[in-house]
Amino acid sequence: MATDYIVGIDLGTTNSLVAFMQGESPVVIPGEDGLNLVPSVVALDANNQPVIGNAARNALIATPERAVYSIKRLMGRGVDDVQEELKFFPFRLAEDLQPGEVLRIRLGDKTFTPPEISALILRQLKRNAERFFGASVTKAVITVPAYFNDAQRQATKDAGRIAGLEVLRLVNEPTAASLAYGLDQKQNGIVAVYDLGGGTFDISILKLHDGIFEVISTNGDTHLGGDDIDNLLITIALDDIQGDLGIDLRRNAEAVQAIRKAVIEAKIALSSQPSAKLEVELPGGKHYLREITREQFEQLIQPVIDRTVGPCKQALKDAGLKPEQIDEVVLVGGSTRIPKVRALVKDLFHREPHTDLNPDEVVALGAAVQANILGGGSVATENMLLLDVTPLSLGIEVAGGVTDKIILRNSTIPASATQFYTTQVDGQANVAIHVLQGERELAKDCRSLARFDLKGIPPMAAGMARIEVKFLIDANGILHVSAREQRSGKEAEIQVQPSYGLTDEQVEGMILDSFDSAEEDFRQRQVIEARNEAETILTALEKAKKNAAWGHLTTDEKKKIAKFEKGLRSVQEEDDYQAIRKAIEVLNQGTTRLAELMMDSAVSTVLKGKTMDEADMGEGPTAPHPVAKAEFE
Amino acid sequence: MTNSSLTTISAKPAPEETQTCWSCGTMRAVHFCEACGKVQPPAPVDYFAFFGLARKLNIDVKALDKDFYELSRKLHPDLNARAGSEEQEWSLQQSSRLNDAHRTLKDPIRRTEYLLKLEGVELEEQSKSATEQARASGQVKKQIVPPDLLEEVFELNMQLEELRMQKKMGEDDPALIEEVGRQKLELEEKHDELLQELHGYWKDWDALIERERSAQPQAEPERQHALNKMVDVLNRRNYIRNLVRDVSEALEQ
Repeated sequence: MATDYIVGIDLGTTNSLVAFMQGESPVVIPGEDGLNLVPSVVALDANNQPVIGNAARNALIATPERAVYSIKRLMGRGVDDVQEELKFFPFRLAEDLQPGEVLRIRLGDKTFTPPEISALILRQLKRNAERFFGASVTKAVITVPAYFNDAQRQATKDAGRIAGLEVLRLVNEPTAASLAYGLDQKQNGIVAVYDLGGGTFDISILKLHDGIFEVISTNGDTHLGGDDIDNLLITIALDDIQGDLGIDLRRNAEAVQAIRKAVIEAKIALSSQPSAKLEVELPGGKHYLREITREQFEQLIQPVIDRTVGPCKQALKDAGLKPEQIDEVVLVGGSTRIPKVRALVKDLFHREPHTDLNPDEVVALGAAVQANILGGGSVATENMLLLDVTPLSLGIEVAGGVTDKIILRNSTIPASATQFYTTQVDGQANVAIHVLQGERELAKDCRSLARFDLKGIPPMAAGMARIEVKFLIDANGILHVSAREQRSGKEAEIQVQPSYGLTDEQVEGMILDSFDSAEEDFRQRQVIEARNEAETILTALEKAKKNAAWGHLTTDEKKKIAKFEKGLRSVQEEDDYQAIRKAIEVLNQGTTRLAELMMDSAVSTVLKGKTMDEADMGEGPTAPHPVAKAEFE
Repeated sequence: MTNSSLTTISAKPAPEETQTCWSCGTMRAVHFCEACGKVQPPAPVDYFAFFGLARKLNIDVKALDKDFYELSRKLHPDLNARAGSEEQEWSLQQSSRLNDAHRTLKDPIRRTEYLLKLEGVELEEQSKSATEQARASGQVKKQIVPPDLLEEVFELNMQLEELRMQKKMGEDDPALIEEVGRQKLELEEKHDELLQELHGYWKDWDALIERERSAQPQAEPERQHALNKMVDVLNRRNYIRNLVRDVSEALEQ
């Protein structure tokens, strides 16, 4: 049996990584470009082919309407709750979105749901791993922010399925980080993981004892991270430019992306330098230049990083611990490189944080450790077991629009709760249940997860039915519901309407769609390329007919060439790229002697003192070179 | 309380049942097979029985934790990820049951409430429906104030109201804050006293269970008495806990 590789994937807001357990230690698998980080950016190229990662990053500035970043912010969310994001992120929603429908993002003239875009990133990571192993990879552990709710988790799992990956487990990012940390340090004690990434913040407090990684409490904010810092700086630059130059660039996507790139570079520089220059070339040839000192930067970001304080205090309170009782604080996520963030953590936990681990890679490495455990373990992971918790309370709506909590936050998962329902009127066949997630008292303030319709309740007098409904949160933090009418013993049918998310059928359709369209896209690209090639060779032939060499051909040769030319022209506009290629091949062979004669004449021209460039070789595409040309304009 | 719930108590907690493993056929422990390690189908037992415990309220929490970790190493889905789909389902069911049982039994209040529920006392339901009704009608929920606290609570609520008003106006009355803080400490002491009282009834209850186990005649009035006492203590304790929460919130605002 071939080795079944299970990889660990960190599907990040800004960057994504894939790792696996090599022998007894986890390692990151680099991409074709040799880099470990794959930017979580997806773009469509000129042929509508998806480009992912570093290649797509350039498209953010060149063709912003065909690119998307930070898609993780939209996972598992509805139109209503992304309005705030839309003010700061250039997400272009599809115009024909229906209320209650899963979001769709426009890239060029196509639309994609957030899970489909995430799936493209996952597929890239899958390919990187397959290239590395030289074997197919179909199983993965994917990390999610600990504070992700059910819908966000489900959306991530869907993305895996669309990418052709069986998601064996969703692991919380800080918990994954603790696995990598624990494997490295092999110490018992209480550890706090402070994870401030590109778009999300998590704090988890764990007890490490004899290989068991037990999460005691977790808290966070799924919309807080480096992105928010970038947006502050971008706003300042845009205001500056409008004030000084009187141009409003807010609607100029290219310019905003150029500013964003400069801002990120400045932000990174400020972690190691006392000041940084923010320099952007603006449309119209003007330059925007601004010096930012670290002091100014720290003042600016204070409100953003202060938002991590509340969740930290709540997590400590829920764990019943004082800061002094924490043995180690582990920093995760690129934003923890900011000195001010480190100072804040030190202040909160009264100790220097542990910074030995690479904050960009530790989550992926931990995912690889978990993948290894699921795969049966090894010497290094023997005895290791993760006991995680659900970050949010699970509730159901009861009379008066009140949330009745049935599984409290920070309960170890898997966890379950059983509720009993009855009917209100004689012969009632259906009972509706509204499931919620969150800490608030009123249902309207909690996250709506789904509405369940219990159907097929046998006819009985009102109040006689006794329907047992079991709610189970699995080890991925995802809810399952089953129901049974106790008096009849009949399994009640449950119809689920996820409040935010794709149905099983939709996901299924997307898997097929992506395969179908991949094939169709491939075929179309082949046709376009073949036509282009045909055009090139026909143009070259026209030119060659004016060359002196043409005169040296026999009438027979000329007739043959004319026949092949006619053959190619007749199929050139067909959709059959193989036929076009065949005709090109034939014409190519038929003109070999012509090419040789032209080569001879070109060489003799050189001998007469002309350069090769001036001599018309009569072959090869004369593709325009827009990039090089632009420099002269 | 109905008779049917009484009969369930006299049934002995499920001991280490002698059944055979579905996979290897050897004798096994309740939740997994000692010989081959396979997870077994879940049995419909209560949380006490899940841990092989009698329905007693004094529990050695350290021993409970130890059992919890040991069982986790057998039942957790992560360690059964390569099993067949049916066994994976059992692992999920067993593991969630284990976590639910551990979470309930390790906490003294939840443990007591769970026992009362097993004994057919609908403790929570009453207060919950009262809360809902109050909310639906837009009224402040009426809680039964323990008589011995009546005067004190009245006074405290006045002070809390004043404190909230002051905070809203941005004023600060150190004397009032100190007074409310002192009352909070008193309430917390009272809370601890109630827990002590509860522990006393645990003892009574456990002694009754012990008597039953040694096949002595059942003492129904005594059982009922112990249960009623526990309900009463829990109600008062919940009331005090809510008060402490209100006071803390008012002070922190």
